[in-house]
Amino acid sequence: MPPVIEPAERHTLSMLVDNEPGVLARIVGLFSGRGYNIDSLTVSEVSHASHLSRITVVTTGAPPIIEQIKSQLDRLVPVHRVVDLTVVGKAVERELALIKVRGKGELRQEALLIADSFRARTVDTTLESFVFEITGKPEKIDQFVSLLEPLGLVEVSRTGVAAIGRGAEGM
Amino acid sequence: MMREMTGAEMVMQALIDQGVEHMFGYPGGAVLPIYDAMFHQNQVKHILVRHEQGAVHMAEGYARSSGKVGVVLVTSGPGATNAVTGLTDALLDSIPLVCITGQVPTHLIGSDAFQECDTVGITRPCTKHNYLVRDINDLARVMHEAFYVAQNGRPGPVVVDIPKDVQFAKGMYVGPENIQHRTYQPRLKGDPEKIKTAVEMLAKARRPILYTGGGVINSGPEASRLLREFARLSGYPVTSTLMGLGAFPASDRQWLGMLGMHGTYEANMAMHDCDVMVCIGARFDDRITGRLDAFSPDSKKIHIDIDPSSINKNVKVDLPIIGDVKHVLEDMLTVWRGMKAEPDRRALAGWWSQIDKWRARKSLAFTTSDRIIKPQQAVKALYDQVKDKDVYITTEVGQHQMWAAQHFHFEQPNRWMTSGGLGTMGYGLPAAIGVQVAHPDSLVIDIAGEASIQMCLQEMSTALQFDLPVKIFVLNNEYMGMVRQWQDLLHGGRYSHSYSESLPDFVKLAEAYGGVGIRCSNPADLDGAIHEMINVNRPVLFDCLVDKTENVLPMIPSGKPHNEMIMPDHPEALDDAIDEEGKMLV
Repeated sequence: MPPVIEPAERHTLSMLVDNEPGVLARIVGLFSGRGYNIDSLTVSEVSHASHLSRITVVTTGAPPIIEQIKSQLDRLVPVHRVVDLTVVGKAVERELALIKVRGKGELRQEALLIADSFRARTVDTTLESFVFEITGKPEKIDQFVSLLEPLGLVEVSRTGVAAIGRGAEGM
Repeated sequence: MMREMTGAEMVMQALIDQGVEHMFGYPGGAVLPIYDAMFHQNQVKHILVRHEQGAVHMAEGYARSSGKVGVVLVTSGPGATNAVTGLTDALLDSIPLVCITGQVPTHLIGSDAFQECDTVGITRPCTKHNYLVRDINDLARVMHEAFYVAQNGRPGPVVVDIPKDVQFAKGMYVGPENIQHRTYQPRLKGDPEKIKTAVEMLAKARRPILYTGGGVINSGPEASRLLREFARLSGYPVTSTLMGLGAFPASDRQWLGMLGMHGTYEANMAMHDCDVMVCIGARFDDRITGRLDAFSPDSKKIHIDIDPSSINKNVKVDLPIIGDVKHVLEDMLTVWRGMKAEPDRRALAGWWSQIDKWRARKSLAFTTSDRIIKPQQAVKALYDQVKDKDVYITTEVGQHQMWAAQHFHFEQPNRWMTSGGLGTMGYGLPAAIGVQVAHPDSLVIDIAGEASIQMCLQEMSTALQFDLPVKIFVLNNEYMGMVRQWQDLLHGGRYSHSYSESLPDFVKLAEAYGGVGIRCSNPADLDGAIHEMINVNRPVLFDCLVDKTENVLPMIPSGKPHNEMIMPDHPEALDDAIDEEGKMLV
């Protein structure tokens, strides 16, 4: 009987952790040490008074691996809670990106038009460049970037996904 | 209790308040203040080791044989890095340790100062948790938390890294009372519904098996007692991993012996053919399962474990129960009695008669010779002479370890200390010293190999200094035997660097340390020589010259299922037992 290979799924995990030195290294080390994927990672303090940070990890793996990742994270001492937002229900996921394009004439015009249709904001302008700011789902940003590619794309800086569950309940 | 004291004094006070009686350590620049604070008290006794790896293994042996937390104190830099092997060993075998490491003063951290290393960075993946204490006001709380984390939930090693300026700084000490951990609250009681389902599944089983592991030992002696009670009540067969030996008495008729790669035929066949398996405090390790997709194909699997990450890690189970073994077994017994469960006696009788047929294969059989000592015979001879004594056994890692597991039999938990998960050569001697510290009047024997013993042999000196009369029983076959066995299996018998060249004269070596050396090569002299060893009240290094060609059997070759074991009556099957895929495995 050949082993059943389940297809990989993309999951967004949200964690509340003690905001102490090394906590991020602990989580990142767990992923690399056990061979799990990190597609994106965001971390920031969310409560100064109670020293809590929120970490959002987007990961891919077969369902048993995702379960394993969650229990491995959950047993880390400074981790308060792990929630799989993908399982809990449709979560709001947003990412911010800053994108620099360089060009003159028609290309410049075209870049501005595309930025406008994606509701990106222009946050820096010179005579031969723009920096656009765009917020949205990761796929939307992917698409925006790929359209800018032939128009003089210089560089991209993305925050990674921040996510939160819908509805009245908190994690 | 609140009192002002220095950081170094806080460390000692916290150890005293945690009930620590012994610690194992080695001084150095970054822990001198703690050694000075130690000088001013005599409640905690310090065992000076010869190498920091030895200190950690001693603390492991101490912890595993006593149920207490083992405590280690080492300096910064090389002190900490030398401890890493021991910490990893303790993590894989779930041994509760607190390891205090000195660190360069906070203002020098990151400057590549003398004997500086990133201790918390290096030990993060090999500890259950670790702390760098930068502020004197955190020190007392962190010390108490470290003990809490080490011994609650699935036990493990915890490192507390303390910069030298924090050891000198003054602050308020708080006692262990009222220290509650904010986040780490492991679940002890199993889900009652699942326990009820488990009992129903077990009561209906026709071919049940209890597969037990180190978690039963870690849960405390009461867990072993409850396991015995459940086995007696149900009449079900019991097997165990290497780590769980002693939880169930080896003299019991329901005992099938150890399972896994070098387990007995009856244990592995019963695992393969069972219809309900309950895994109690074990983790479906690769030494146990053999080929995963052929592991116990027709059974319903129940898994009791305190660590949720052990569930479905290697083997998908039908009914996971998260909880401490003791609590879960207690509740299972209550439910079993409450519903007046009655196993299917006829099915069970059939199952036992099948098991007896497997038993009759005598998978641990070996042939003796009157010219040369067989290693199995040496272990058996040792067992026969010490079995009625108050005895503790440790091992190194390799063939001798497997022969010890197969031919030395345990009646009680906490009597068997071996490096199971990490497989650390050099573990046995320091572990034996740690056991002897915890049990000064007991007989403590390290069953060793001539290669492994040389990895931490310097600790002979520690044994002599502290009058710890450990016995080192070396099965000397002049090979790294397990390496040689696998070179036979996989590499055409090309013994690349597995011969123990330039061995020391172990008898002279023992005498050089101030211990006793004994050598034996003649089967006729074996009993007398063992008698001499166990009746000396000093450390003994026993050089037992054994057959150089013996292999450990039976064996599940890597990549094979439980029902394809190589048996001692057909050892030639070893020659082509492993296919290309199996060769990739270890």
